Amino acid sequence: MSRVDVAEVSKRYGSVKALDRVSLYFLDGEFFGLLGPSGSGKTTLLRAIAGFVEPDEGAISFDGERVESVPVHRRAIGMVFQNYALFPNLDVEGNIAFGLAVRGTSLAERQVRVEEMLRLVRLTGLGARKPRELSGGQQQRVALARALVTRPKVLLLDEPLGALDRRLRQEMQVELKEIQRKSGVTTIFVTHDQEEALTLSDRIAIIDQGRVVQVGAPVDVYERPSTVFAAQFLGDANIFRGQRSADALLLDDGARLTAPGTSSTVIVRPEKMLVFKRGEIPPADLSNLLPGRILQSIYSGASIAYRIATGPRDQIILTFAQNRQGELLHPGSEVTVAWSPAHTVSVAT
Amino acid sequence: MATSLAHWLTRTYLAVILLFLYLPIAVMILMAFNASPLYEFPFEFDLIWFKALLKNEKLMTAGFNSIGIALANTVVATVLGTLGSLGLNRYEFRGRQLLEILLLPPITIPWLIIGTSMLIFFFWTGIGRGLHSILLGHVALSIPYVMIVVGSRLKTHGASLEEAAATLGANPWQAFWRVTLPALSPSIVAAALFAFAVSFDQFVISYFLAPPGTSTLPVEIYTSIRKGFTPEINAISTVIILVSMGLMLLVARQYRFGGER
Repeated sequence: MSRVDVAEVSKRYGSVKALDRVSLYFLDGEFFGLLGPSGSGKTTLLRAIAGFVEPDEGAISFDGERVESVPVHRRAIGMVFQNYALFPNLDVEGNIAFGLAVRGTSLAERQVRVEEMLRLVRLTGLGARKPRELSGGQQQRVALARALVTRPKVLLLDEPLGALDRRLRQEMQVELKEIQRKSGVTTIFVTHDQEEALTLSDRIAIIDQGRVVQVGAPVDVYERPSTVFAAQFLGDANIFRGQRSADALLLDDGARLTAPGTSSTVIVRPEKMLVFKRGEIPPADLSNLLPGRILQSIYSGASIAYRIATGPRDQIILTFAQNRQGELLHPGSEVTVAWSPAHTVSVAT
Repeated sequence: MATSLAHWLTRTYLAVILLFLYLPIAVMILMAFNASPLYEFPFEFDLIWFKALLKNEKLMTAGFNSIGIALANTVVATVLGTLGSLGLNRYEFRGRQLLEILLLPPITIPWLIIGTSMLIFFFWTGIGRGLHSILLGHVALSIPYVMIVVGSRLKTHGASLEEAAATLGANPWQAFWRVTLPALSPSIVAAALFAFAVSFDQFVISYFLAPPGTSTLPVEIYTSIRKGFTPEINAISTVIILVSMGLMLLVARQYRFGGER
């Protein structure tokens, strides 16, 4: 259990900058999500912390001690690989005990700690199975137990739930969070699944083209994205560009949006927008108003999504609302979209 | 109707194939136990040809030569080939791909040509002919097979097992002995069998590199057939077939070559 610091780390592959002066810190016991599209450098960063990738520049330290020149096997890390990489020749117990065996831990202690781990990941009684006799979710838990049994300073997870189907993935998310909380180990995980990142992480970093775009608690990054990329990568976003004048943004068509900030680009999350039939009066606090026409209604029972054309150039905006009225507005309906200035977020382009 | 006809056809086809493969072998084994040297019926069970074989010093010496060379070849080629395969698959270096491509020609070039070139080369370098040069030739011939068999396994499980071992605190030496080698063992055993077979079956190269007075089993069998066939050949062939099939079955059971059950 340790604090991990990554300072100004860069890594090039030929002409490609996989990591471009990345600086991040990971607090003791924190569950940290590295989120980004494929090829963004998030996996390279994880592998640099593990020791498989040697940074060209910069420093990586565990509890203040530099580790760039420490080989993987002496870094005291635990890692869960995307394909789990369980040892096919060993049974579940053998897999979990591996890290203890190479350290020369006594057989008696090994047995105690393996038992403890099997309980933690709820696989008691399956110790004698071979990996190939387990389901995907069980293999995942063995991989987790194997990584945790050595009490690593840092636990690294590479797309840990990527190989599981949707239902199992949601179950494992809850379990993973629980196991992490119980063991208290600093955990860094890589994912391209935004929902997974939001659900599991204490903090997340959005990474793009080898750079950190934004770091923060999920609620901060989601509600206050700092760039258009961050806004679009983490969830859906409606983007408005216009002319900035004090506390407002003037759109091309003359509409005026109240928007705190200084940027000439703002984003609004679809679920923050309410749709009213033309003629209805929105509540006073939803003072940003745009007239529009419904292009498409997507009814999914509990919620309704609308695609709405607005402005002279038919800019399309997306809204997403809980189905409170029990009424569906059909394509062609003239509507007013209303939302609060507080949810009108200035972002860098 | 159509399905049962197709069913019947495929069954017959399989039966015919198996018959073609095994009938000659079965006849040979049967004749090894027949008293008549001229394949006469009625069949009369006798072990005289096995007794004669034990007294046939040339055939016995050649047999032991063959077994010795095949065993030595298996050990040397399997060890070198496995190490080479690890090098090709786990390290990046200049010319790696070229080396990997260069593995294939020795398998496709006719043995006659390889044998001739080896004969010329060994003569020219002064290595000469003899059991030692036969062994050298067999090792050179077997290594590509070993590297391809072991390499395909190394490629499928990638480097992730070794990486996992490293994250768990295993140094490279421990990772090799505890993870890489056990994970490779089925393919290493298969490769060893290949190496043994390549050597034990090898006729052309052995024939070229054997000096007068020395020979291996295939060469000796060929020579004695030219002089006039005796059922002792049936006897020794029977021994070889039974031993090699037994070995195959044992290994196949151990390593589930037929896939996971």
